[in-house]
Amino acid sequence: MKTINEVQDEIIEEFSMFDDWMDKYANLIEMGNELNDIDPKYKVDNFLIKGCQSRVWLYPTFEDGKIHFEGESDAIIVKGLVSLLLKVYEDRTPKEILESELYFIDDIGLTQHLSPTRSNGLLSMVKQMRLYAIAYDRKINS
Amino acid sequence: MSFDVQEFRSHFPILDQEIYPKKNLVYFDNAATTQKPKCVSETVEHYMMKVNGNIHRGTHRMASEATVAYEAVRDQVCSFINAASREEIIFTKGTTESINLVASSLGEMCIHSGDEIIVSEMEHHANIVPWQMLCQRKGATLKVIPFNDKGELMLEVYESLLSDKTKIVSVNHASNALGTINPIEYIIEKAHERGAYVLIDGAQGIAHCDVDVQKLDCDFYAFSGHKIYGPTGTGVLYGKKNILEQMPPFMTGGEMIETVTFKETTFNVLPYKFEPGTPNYTDIIGLGAAIGFVETYGKANMVAWEEELYRYAISKLSQIEGIRFFGESENKVGIISFAIDGVHHFDLGTLLDQLGFAVRTGRLCVDPIMDHFEMQGMTRAALSPYNTKEEIDAFYNALLRLQQMFV
Repeated sequence: MKTINEVQDEIIEEFSMFDDWMDKYANLIEMGNELNDIDPKYKVDNFLIKGCQSRVWLYPTFEDGKIHFEGESDAIIVKGLVSLLLKVYEDRTPKEILESELYFIDDIGLTQHLSPTRSNGLLSMVKQMRLYAIAYDRKINS
Repeated sequence: MSFDVQEFRSHFPILDQEIYPKKNLVYFDNAATTQKPKCVSETVEHYMMKVNGNIHRGTHRMASEATVAYEAVRDQVCSFINAASREEIIFTKGTTESINLVASSLGEMCIHSGDEIIVSEMEHHANIVPWQMLCQRKGATLKVIPFNDKGELMLEVYESLLSDKTKIVSVNHASNALGTINPIEYIIEKAHERGAYVLIDGAQGIAHCDVDVQKLDCDFYAFSGHKIYGPTGTGVLYGKKNILEQMPPFMTGGEMIETVTFKETTFNVLPYKFEPGTPNYTDIIGLGAAIGFVETYGKANMVAWEEELYRYAISKLSQIEGIRFFGESENKVGIISFAIDGVHHFDLGTLLDQLGFAVRTGRLCVDPIMDHFEMQGMTRAALSPYNTKEEIDAFYNALLRLQQMFV
């Protein structure tokens, strides 16, 4: 299995193929469309990350020492970003997630989507993924 | 049409820029804040660089000159909204502070357990929450005038809500999301028949509507400077003198006091009673320049052009398949809130930005309006007289292009 950084580097390479911003977004939209929706029974407030602009649902499961995430957003660009984050973070150990540094978002020029505003739930989503990692890490070590 | 949009626009150099490479800025976020004409930034710069002295206290030349300029703006605002006296003009940092001042101070004076306060369903949060908190503090009840699906207040319900328990009615002059211009004369008259005070939230109204506070007979009128081409952090609360005189201070500090001993403090006269500490005098002086600018062009001329733009925009954008407009009152300011089937507002806003269009998306600080239409958010294009028909054409084409991306 590839490391978190290897996956990030792949994403950066993929996005570097697009010169035009609209093509980058078209790619994100495609990724969003391809991402499987999460089971409607998990689209509840408990798993909702609420931003002012878009909603993100994140549902984690923990098996064999690894966290599996499912995610969805009502905004398709955000859903594309969710898809990217899932590629990087899903089926990782809590330790891998906690020790990783997310740099691909900066590198593909999507920092504006991670800015600490109310505009979307992406920053909150990354934070929430790490919080789950902390919680599962404690569970393992308790 | 005597209004020369290109000449008007030339006062706003910010509009003439590429916001991204090869993407000209089209600024449609005017309900959030308007751009500033050169005369405003030049005035602010002049007072910062040449005349900066703290007002009302200093004996030196710069302090005197700044004081004179600041107080001259009070006269200017007094005349702009036709207040009866300059003492009725309180400078604040914006509509929000103005409303909070009244909710806190008037609320302290006149609200008791069992009383009622009326707002409308189309208020922005700043004209809901201060009243809600006042009600919680005092054991009063907040009543809400609903609006119909065209975005017009249901006046028959309003009348049924009014009673002898009604102490304050607070509604906006124009809605920031629906654009509706409300029949505030009628609302004020009916409230007064019941002896209630009326505050008009003029955040959107001030730039688009005639505001003659004596003719309206409102007790309070609140607005922000930055929505009428002035600097941010400036605002006005108009209040009838006899009411302001009775109201207790909202915040305390320097200048709003007359004498202070450790036993007792007496307070300054109006308007200073409500302007504690050092006010944002530099920007207030800039607000004076903004009002002067509006008066030069004439609000009526500006509004007439904005209306023409609005009609043009609606007829053009209506051609987009699956577009839905929110707020279809006949009496509107140039605010177009809409949704396009199958396209999330955040996605639309994100890509419009990439193409150079500044619009507002999301809940627009009006959760009750979103709930009314069962929407998670909307896209809002809010026009200003410096906008052009060419910009609207470009917007239409951009929307068509983006719509294709989401099919």
